[in-house]
Amino acid sequence: MIGQPYLIDVDWGDLVQAVITAVISFAVLLVSVMLMVWFERKVVSRLQNRIGPNQAGPFGLLQTLFDGTKLFFKEDLIPAEADRFVFKLAPYLALVPAFLMFTIIPVAGDFSNGHDGSVMVGGEKMFFQVIDPPVGILFFLAMSALGVYGIMLAGWSSGSKYPLIGSVRASAQVISYEAALGLALASVLLVTGTLSTNGIVQAQSGGFTSWALVTTGFVPFVIFVIAGTAELNRPPFDLVEAEQEIVGGFHTEYSSIRFALFFLAEFMNVVTMSAIFVTLFLGGPAPAWDFPWIDLPLPGALMGFIWFFGKLLIFLFMFVWFRATLPRLRYDQLMDLGWKVLIPLALGWLLVLAGIRVAQDNNIGLADTAFGDTLIILVIGLAGLAAGAGLLAAAIKNARNEASAVALPTSGIVGMED
Amino acid sequence: MPQVPGMLKGLGVTFGTMVNTIKNGSNTVQYPHVKEDPAPRARGVIALHEENCTSCMLCARECPDWCIYIEGHKTLAPPRRAGGKPRSVNKLDRFDIDYSLCMYCGICVEVCPFEALFWTPEYEYSEEKIADLLHDKSRLGKWMETVPDFESYESGAEVKGKKVPR
Repeated sequence: MIGQPYLIDVDWGDLVQAVITAVISFAVLLVSVMLMVWFERKVVSRLQNRIGPNQAGPFGLLQTLFDGTKLFFKEDLIPAEADRFVFKLAPYLALVPAFLMFTIIPVAGDFSNGHDGSVMVGGEKMFFQVIDPPVGILFFLAMSALGVYGIMLAGWSSGSKYPLIGSVRASAQVISYEAALGLALASVLLVTGTLSTNGIVQAQSGGFTSWALVTTGFVPFVIFVIAGTAELNRPPFDLVEAEQEIVGGFHTEYSSIRFALFFLAEFMNVVTMSAIFVTLFLGGPAPAWDFPWIDLPLPGALMGFIWFFGKLLIFLFMFVWFRATLPRLRYDQLMDLGWKVLIPLALGWLLVLAGIRVAQDNNIGLADTAFGDTLIILVIGLAGLAAGAGLLAAAIKNARNEASAVALPTSGIVGMED
Repeated sequence: MPQVPGMLKGLGVTFGTMVNTIKNGSNTVQYPHVKEDPAPRARGVIALHEENCTSCMLCARECPDWCIYIEGHKTLAPPRRAGGKPRSVNKLDRFDIDYSLCMYCGICVEVCPFEALFWTPEYEYSEEKIADLLHDKSRLGKWMETVPDFESYESGAEVKGKKVPR
């Protein structure tokens, strides 16, 4: 294809529109990160009977801005042992996926009177999200997995031991929880039947009872929230930067603007992950119920944004609440929770949901009605789940007994028999 | 998961604290704008009642930080009774406490047998130069105005409560 002329069939209107939406969403995300940092500090202080930032600007709103400015003027240090290229690259590897993840989130939409969430702008049908790829939610999984590269390479390239330990922990943690995250996600995909985030939201636009939170039976939601928190390295899963053990974890050697980029990426991820929770389980900008008795003089898209923002706030508060309350998990507890509880439970629940889907789609004829079929399948599935849990517990107990039998010989230390 | 009930309880505790903070305000004192109210026996600064001091040097010797400097000379005081002999007393020339060294242990106050040193809850005496933290006897004497009265013993106590000399 060498010699093929480029830029022939470009729709310049689409291009301009794409650039504008990307720039706007980036700016909005940056501002929201700024407010999120303020929100976190303010709410954590309330949860701990303190006041929090209150000097810079009204209610201390500009505190983050001043902190960021301060970081800009700090000395930028690169350790002598560092791999200079990777060391400089790592903050961007953490930041870019954090932003890209946000692009697939539908942040607003008109769902009043049975609209499908689109709005007409200049005679064109538009959705309030930067891109809506058909692989939608897989893009999210890919980006959240890529985000760990920034952390991993930062720790590796610092040429220092604490960051290295932090990055090793980060990779082990993300790999362990990615499986549970993906399996919980698969339950949503099974119910909604689409990978596109826009499609997922539309499938949940029929009010509270159509939300994936309800239709997947609540368990995948809990698993997803726990795994998502672990994926973000937020407390109580912040082993990656555990101050008491490994100084600052992966960002021990970072200072100045490079550190600010990590900080930005971390909080951007918090906002984005909360938005993913909302999109997957709470129906994104779709309202929980219609208000037939209130006729707000607001355009439907704005109402959609208000719903989205309200739901988002719940999760942002949840993250802050967890941080203020829960102590950090030990490393073995982290692995136990991921591999022995979340992954088996997510897998089992996915199978039960799949069984129910099959029972609904095909007439199996176990009972007289389709509802009876579903009920029987559900009971069988839950029984299977309980049996599996019992087997797993027995296997763990057996393995533990055998391990302790090997590790603790009864004869005692050599030379101490008498 | 036996930890779950405890975690939920903990979440409840922090949430309760938040509700309480929003309702009643936090315990933080916005210091330069609002002055903190010190506790009754707060150890802010040590005051000197010069008349009671005999320059016996006990405080200076017991001080773990060696932050008390005492100089004095012998002099004659008028006799207590008419026709008596003039008494030989110690007159203080210098009594300094260096608050840049002091660790506020209070041993000097405890050890003084003549009731010359007292705790006061005043805490606003920071200085721009560290040398200015050396308080001489006139400055230490001025702190006497801020010494609070001793708390009286509970009723029925065999020892009578002491009074702050003013």
